[in-house]
Amino acid sequence: MGMFGGAYNTIAFDANKCDGCGDCMTACATAKTGTVDQSRSRIQIVGSADDGFELALCRQCADPKCVTVCPAAALTKNYASGVIDWNGDKCVDCLLCTVGCAYAGIALDAGTGHVAKCDTCDGAPACVPACPHDALTYVTTSRIYNEVGDWEDLFAPGLAGCQGCNTELLMRHTLRRVGPETVLATPPGCVPGMGSVGFNGTTGTKIPVFHPLLTNTAAMLAGIKRQYKRVGREVNALAIAGDGGASDVGFQSLSGAAERNEQILFMVVDNEGYMNTGMQRSSCTPYGAWTSTTPIGKGSGGMPAQGKTQDAKNLPLIMVNHRCEYVATASTAYMEDLYDKLDKAIQASKRGFAYLHVYSPCTTGWRFPTDQNMEVARKAVETNFVMLWEYDRTDGLRFTRPVDDPLPVTEYLRAMGRFRHLSPDQISHIQSKVVENLAFVKQMAHRQSA
Amino acid sequence: MEQTKYLVVGSSHAALEAVTAIRMHDPEGSLTLLTRDPHLPYSPTVLPYVVSGRSAADGIFLRDEKFFADNRVQLKRGTALKSLHTGRNAAELADGSEIAYEKLLLATGASPAIPPIPGIDTVSYHVLRTLDDATKLNAAIKSSKQAVVLGAGLVGMHAAENLVKVGAGVTVVEMAKQLTDGYFDTVAAGLIEKAFTDNGATILTGSRVVKLAPSDIGVTLTLENGTTLEADLLLVATGVKPNMDFLANEAVDHDRGILVSDSMQTSVANVWAAGDCAQAKGFFTDSPVMNAILPSATEQGRIAGMAMAGDPGLKSYAGGVPLNTYHFFGRHAISVGSSRVPEGGEMVTRFDEASGRYLKAIFSADNRLTGIYGVNEFFDGGVMCQLILRRVDLSAVRERFLAEPMKVGREIMSRMWR
Repeated sequence: MGMFGGAYNTIAFDANKCDGCGDCMTACATAKTGTVDQSRSRIQIVGSADDGFELALCRQCADPKCVTVCPAAALTKNYASGVIDWNGDKCVDCLLCTVGCAYAGIALDAGTGHVAKCDTCDGAPACVPACPHDALTYVTTSRIYNEVGDWEDLFAPGLAGCQGCNTELLMRHTLRRVGPETVLATPPGCVPGMGSVGFNGTTGTKIPVFHPLLTNTAAMLAGIKRQYKRVGREVNALAIAGDGGASDVGFQSLSGAAERNEQILFMVVDNEGYMNTGMQRSSCTPYGAWTSTTPIGKGSGGMPAQGKTQDAKNLPLIMVNHRCEYVATASTAYMEDLYDKLDKAIQASKRGFAYLHVYSPCTTGWRFPTDQNMEVARKAVETNFVMLWEYDRTDGLRFTRPVDDPLPVTEYLRAMGRFRHLSPDQISHIQSKVVENLAFVKQMAHRQSA
Repeated sequence: MEQTKYLVVGSSHAALEAVTAIRMHDPEGSLTLLTRDPHLPYSPTVLPYVVSGRSAADGIFLRDEKFFADNRVQLKRGTALKSLHTGRNAAELADGSEIAYEKLLLATGASPAIPPIPGIDTVSYHVLRTLDDATKLNAAIKSSKQAVVLGAGLVGMHAAENLVKVGAGVTVVEMAKQLTDGYFDTVAAGLIEKAFTDNGATILTGSRVVKLAPSDIGVTLTLENGTTLEADLLLVATGVKPNMDFLANEAVDHDRGILVSDSMQTSVANVWAAGDCAQAKGFFTDSPVMNAILPSATEQGRIAGMAMAGDPGLKSYAGGVPLNTYHFFGRHAISVGSSRVPEGGEMVTRFDEASGRYLKAIFSADNRLTGIYGVNEFFDGGVMCQLILRRVDLSAVRERFLAEPMKVGREIMSRMWR
């Protein structure tokens, strides 16, 4: 049937950015009818400035009703492109497709007397670049799904993570990408906690995995990699460690391995605390955040407890100062960017030390609904609370997803419970830190590319 | 005896949707599709266009052999279901063989209903329900000079238009007071009738044929008022009747069609029915109705397939909503919902004589849309159907909706079920 076999590129609409200018409709009408008659556009902006603008556009449904009600076999789902193709030679103008579609995605074009629908202009939709407000985007991340779907999942199918855990997603993607010729180190933390080291004498991964101490992860992994090299076997040496294990007690061995330029890939899953053991603060926990060791309450000595009182350590920037083969920050809300960096990090780890720092929201410890993981991760980037960049010795540091027009940091803070108590002073402190951090990273990017 | 987990009888929209639904949930269970038709699956709805030559007879197939092979469906063409033996879960075929099933779907469709006019068995006439009918009629209209179409439903009117276009003199005889009765209202029917008479056709509504006899050129028809018509081509298009003869001697409840539950199950175990042969819940009525239209067939087929495969995503049938579209002489008519004005409700019409645009909307007492009809006034029928099914309150936008049903419908859609 071909059905549900793949993912497809799609035209995405952000209603908040649309001002109803209609440029997309003009562009579509021009491309498809040679006129500027907006009524003949296949993308229709509806609504008003008061009620907000919305979209009537073919959704290229996976299970399309228009196709099932077409008596003439004129509509077909193209399982290669994802587009529902209309065949004008077979169409009999009966309009039944317009009755079948509940979304006004296929409608009569009065100019021709035939129905018309979006065909995504064969993968280069004219409406998207015509939008002056970036309300329309052509999302091409389907490539990842289609490619990655064919790779072997090397993590256990069942696991003990929290519902909605972002780290599971990261584990599965990363292991699929590095592939079976890999040795994995997972120091104490959520990653072994959810099952990578296994239960009852079996491992939770389909590759060799070991459970070093918090303090010696990088050292042990470096030794194992050296032994494999000695016996002439090419393997990926991968550590997946929490921010606590990496930035606090594990930092000495991490820094040492980076300084010796060991050929390993060290990935930090930064959920900004010791989430596995009960949500204690780490040096990566941001200012103001509630943790079980930075509580909210009356406090003592007349000083109310208002969450963490120190700013977070910027571990990836510290790693840049080791002049590693490769250092990058990433987020699961930006998978194309993450994959790009994983590819580079794996290559770099064959030459020397590669470090990947992934910001990973924690539904349990940060207090947000389990279905909001991607939204929280995305808001972190959209506010510049988290910045996505990469570094190598040749090209220096550069932003990979620069955010020119960041949202106020409150958009990020209010997405979760751990910041619910913040006072206006604390919020302005966090906002000023965002500005300061951005300026600092920008300065490094400028200096190193100069 | 041949055995299959799923036996689907019929090969048009309801049957094909059921196959899709079964395979979505059960990719492996043995599935046999049995059809009396010798051809690959096609839609009866496309046949008028085969008659006119607009659709190539070999270009209308809804699936190819590869589809059935890819989906591990055994396709048995040209073999009719003769009788059912539900007590032992077996289907007896016209060739005498039997197939044992675990679950059976009857999507056997309908056949032309031939009126009991004296002399009808003495003359030759056309019907239009199968591809072979369409191919024969396509050949016949080319040489027709004076044709008579019995019945002014959509099949009859489509054929009449095609005959007009090849230059034949055409007379349409219809018992009801208006043409397209049951599909479109008097005003819309008047617009359709004018288009036909402007193009040279003769429309005789409120007329009954009382006698048919062979003549030199073909057929002589005698009307109730005594006048006679000569035809070199006679098309009988007076409606259809569900195919359910195979139920004889079986305890499967049926009325005008095979009675089904909201999951398309018949009154006996392991047997479902969908499409034109089924009589299912109507959206506007408490009693089951015949709603022999394509969109209902697909929906019923999907539900039946899900129920047969045990798909937990199954939702019960909301009830049939009449949905019709009709293209005539370059114009179009769309009808969605019921033409009946509910108690305390209101019917609003507007008509622009210059452009021929006609709109009729029917609201319930609490401002829910229950029906909308348009001629040359395009609106998204699928959106309108959702407004009806969801019983959307239109109080706040009623006047705007009447002025611009397409635009306002899309606005509501984009807010409510995008």
